[in-house]
Amino acid sequence: MFSGFMVNTWIAATMVAVIAGVVGFFVVLRGSAFAAHAIPHGSFGGAAGAVLIGANTILGLGIFAVGGALGIGWLSRRGRHDVATALALVLMLGLGALFLSFSVEYAPAVYSLLFGEVLGIPAYDLLPMAGLGLACVLAVLVLYRPLLLTSITPEVAEARGVRPGRIETAFLLVVALAATMTVPVVGVLLMFSLMIGPAAAARTFTSSPSRAIALSVAIALAIVWFGIAIAYVTNYPVGFFVGTLGAVSYGFARLWTAWRRGRAARPSPGGHAVRLELTAPQLPAAPRGR
Amino acid sequence: MSRVLNALFAPGFFGSGPVRAAVVVGAVVAVVTGAVGVFTVIRGQSFAGHALGEVGSAGGSLAFLSGTNPLWGFMGVAVVAAGLMEVLGLHRPRSRDLATGLVLGAGLGCAALFLYLDATSTTSTGVTVTILFGSLFAVSQPVLPSVVALSAAVLVVIASCYRMLLLTSLSPDLAAARGVPVRAVAIAYLVIMAVAVSLAAETIGAILATALLVGPPATALRLTKRPGGAMVVAGLVGVAAVWIGIVLAYDSYYWPPVDHGWPVSFFVVAMVFVLYLGAGVVAALGRARRTRHVAAPPAMRESGCEPHVDADAA
Repeated sequence: MFSGFMVNTWIAATMVAVIAGVVGFFVVLRGSAFAAHAIPHGSFGGAAGAVLIGANTILGLGIFAVGGALGIGWLSRRGRHDVATALALVLMLGLGALFLSFSVEYAPAVYSLLFGEVLGIPAYDLLPMAGLGLACVLAVLVLYRPLLLTSITPEVAEARGVRPGRIETAFLLVVALAATMTVPVVGVLLMFSLMIGPAAAARTFTSSPSRAIALSVAIALAIVWFGIAIAYVTNYPVGFFVGTLGAVSYGFARLWTAWRRGRAARPSPGGHAVRLELTAPQLPAAPRGR
Repeated sequence: MSRVLNALFAPGFFGSGPVRAAVVVGAVVAVVTGAVGVFTVIRGQSFAGHALGEVGSAGGSLAFLSGTNPLWGFMGVAVVAAGLMEVLGLHRPRSRDLATGLVLGAGLGCAALFLYLDATSTTSTGVTVTILFGSLFAVSQPVLPSVVALSAAVLVVIASCYRMLLLTSLSPDLAAARGVPVRAVAIAYLVIMAVAVSLAAETIGAILATALLVGPPATALRLTKRPGGAMVVAGLVGVAAVWIGIVLAYDSYYWPPVDHGWPVSFFVVAMVFVLYLGAGVVAALGRARRTRHVAAPPAMRESGCEPHVDADAA
């Protein structure tokens, strides 16, 4: 499991989990799960196009992901955000269906692109992945404060001269970068599950952004490593484990916090301090549709 | 005259069985998703609508595995997924996005497993593409009666709950104050949407289901502010997009590259998108004309002096 070609898989999966954990925190905070689903899913069309003309798959994914992010930003300036996202998604998938019908030898590869592939990471893909991942982390570091500000207190952000529209587009581009690098491992459909589940679980435990990001990365790492190990042993698709474990981790987090709250509510010596800690203000909700 | 007809409709168009089935099913599905979709757009539940179609594909692949009719698989799983979303918090704006996302992620994970099992048990690699992308030309004839019956049922339910649905969609607080059971109506609407979307996803594919659920209603709401009128316009736009898409896809058998036609999904999606953009231009032109004719300062109109359903309001 740890020898030869599998080393590439472990390295790639680790990078994927770190990026998904970091970017996912902001996806959950800003309530942009639809865009985080649409950009990787739509970039599938780019991969199909790249195969058709014999180009690198990552290049095709990247062009469609960035195009999708810009398209969502452009369309939502003139209409509702969720409508814009849905239309951009179906347009990219329609193009994907067109490219797919032109190339003949593609059918089995479709599955691994959609749902991920444990064994298919070539060494020459690792370097571009690492580069994209680094760019992602740098972009999040640069955007860290304005992203938090526009997500939590949009009024204050605007008063300080931060343009919410520009930050939103920049954030969608970060999601596009993350999608491009993670898709080859977990697939276009499950990449999004890895961004939502761990980050949502982490946010139920802590209200501090930096701690939530760290926790979300840790949970994402656990899910990906566990998923790959099981997929390697059982031969079932890695997407199944990553997809369901993402939701399961959030379910566990909710149960755990509910149980803790139930215990804290019961009177006990020293229970007062616990209750104070638990009623510490949570992060306010992200504004809907922004 | 016949030369023109031949140029528009490639020879054999009207005699082909699959084309006839596609024309009927496409129109039925477009009308139903148009009617349901107007509320989807007003309520801001496009993500949930899209997610139900994709999660339904898990049911479709499961039904394929067990040899039952995929339509029931799609529908059963979509309705269950709708219930899960509601339990997780679709009714609260704060957690709506997250609830949908979590259910979608888990559903897609299950779809990955079932599709994998489908592919290994039947040695046909095309299952993934068939279930996820679908094709209007591959509509199976025996499903037709159930599709039409279910579509009629959805339309009847929408028509009978029209006022309650409209009130809860536009102003939940007002509806609650008037004694409308807001939560129950929301759940009922979610089930209707699940049925409509899975009908569409099973017959014409998940891509087109989302395109028809969101595109034509959003187009219609750009053209008219009346919800009832928007439902009619959405149905017309959807039917037009589907029929033009079918004609183009049929004609494309004679386009390069020659050996096969272009996918019908591509044409329908492209038509939906073009009509949406076109409606935006028409609406902008209409606004510009009104601004020129009416003497009132534009600020007054923008501040909401005209009572209407504002599709762009959050």
